[in-house]
Amino acid sequence: MSEQTRIESVRPPLWLLAELTYRCPLHCVFCYNPLDYAANRNELNTAQWIDVMRQARRLGAAQLGFSGGEPLMRDDLEELIGEGHELGYYTNLITSGVGLTEARLARMKELGLDHIQLSFQDSTKEMNDFLSSTKTFDLKSHVAKLIKQYDYPMVLNVVLHRHNLDHVGRIIDMAVAMDVEYLELANTQYYGWAQVNRVHLVPTREQLQRAEAAVNEYRVKLGNKMRILFVVPDYFEERPKACMNGWGAVFLAIAPDGSALPCHAAKTLPELEFPNVATHNLHDIWYNSDAFNRYRGDSWMKEPCRTCPDKQKDFGGCRCQAYALTGAAENADPVCGKSPHHGELQTIVLQAQAARMGQTQEQPILFRNNANSVRFRDTKVEVL
Amino acid sequence: MTDTAYKPKLSRLFRLQWEEAQSKYVLLYPEGMVQLNQSAAEILKRCDGQRDVVTIVSDLEQAFSMTGLANDINEFLDIARERGWIV
Repeated sequence: MSEQTRIESVRPPLWLLAELTYRCPLHCVFCYNPLDYAANRNELNTAQWIDVMRQARRLGAAQLGFSGGEPLMRDDLEELIGEGHELGYYTNLITSGVGLTEARLARMKELGLDHIQLSFQDSTKEMNDFLSSTKTFDLKSHVAKLIKQYDYPMVLNVVLHRHNLDHVGRIIDMAVAMDVEYLELANTQYYGWAQVNRVHLVPTREQLQRAEAAVNEYRVKLGNKMRILFVVPDYFEERPKACMNGWGAVFLAIAPDGSALPCHAAKTLPELEFPNVATHNLHDIWYNSDAFNRYRGDSWMKEPCRTCPDKQKDFGGCRCQAYALTGAAENADPVCGKSPHHGELQTIVLQAQAARMGQTQEQPILFRNNANSVRFRDTKVEVL
Repeated sequence: MTDTAYKPKLSRLFRLQWEEAQSKYVLLYPEGMVQLNQSAAEILKRCDGQRDVVTIVSDLEQAFSMTGLANDINEFLDIARERGWIV
């Protein structure tokens, strides 16, 4: 492909995800942040973030997410929200709620924040507090009330796994009581900390089927009042997800240190070098960098993807998952039934169930905290 | 849609906005975006809670020098209501 046709066929980014910091008061066992996040504490400063937001808006991004870590750890969050609003973005705050005081909430409203996504770990205090290794359930409940009091549209996000899938009905009831507009029930995707803790998190097929049936019942009952998104647990699927709607297609994430990523987990791919916004302009990064062009289109594909009739639909699934489970990012995502590695997923599911029944020795659950992260930096622990 | 007094209004969850890079109107909502074709955008622009459906139809017929748009517009409004874009 010549340079010209390549640029013409690449469409502009629509989503800018600003991962402002890896600092976080929570220690969730399923966090997708890199295991060695503590090794890199560099964060872009306010002026650099504003510059990134301006450049991305010029390229075409219309959605702006503030995430992390916990974005409230940044004192300049309000300033960035104000700038994002001025630039014409739809601004989303993706938060644990810890640090979201009434004063900050009111100020963000004035500055034009459009929406807040609040995470809960469970509908019960015990499980919420255990999974996040904090005492935050009551605080989160208070924050949820404040968010509605200030009339923000609200998404409640709950990551699902073995320990809370059976609570799905109660989680939906909690969302209804909070009067949220959207409930995102996100079955765990095994990246970062979730991947190390996989044996503790993988549910049984029966648990999933019961949860899905409960969700469908509630959907009928609730109609338009509340929308429930059920992110499918892809280890149990036969077709891969259209990850990121395709590599470098619509989504642009900027890590705290300024690395530009085509997906949040992309840094797990060791062969790629991700350009930094401190040294490269975004236009160049999006259209010309090797990292963003590597898995665009289909010329990189191998069999079974290359000749698959669905290759424009699912793009061969997720590159990070293909790498994590097969050792090569250009392989088909093994979630696909056509992948020669697909059977290994079944083995992982069975192993997790065996561990649960006490038939194998269990490794300890690993909370996302600085001490554990430093261990990953120092020892480069092999995850699989 | 039989209710003649119905004055459709864009839901507070959605923002209608022209996007230069895409050369089209879009609906923005929490973590999502709907790309609109020209006729959908022209109808939604008029869903301001002030105009009833008859007024919206005559507005559009006038603006585009066309007649007989009522069915298409009603069909679109049904879909838009079902998806929660308008209330």
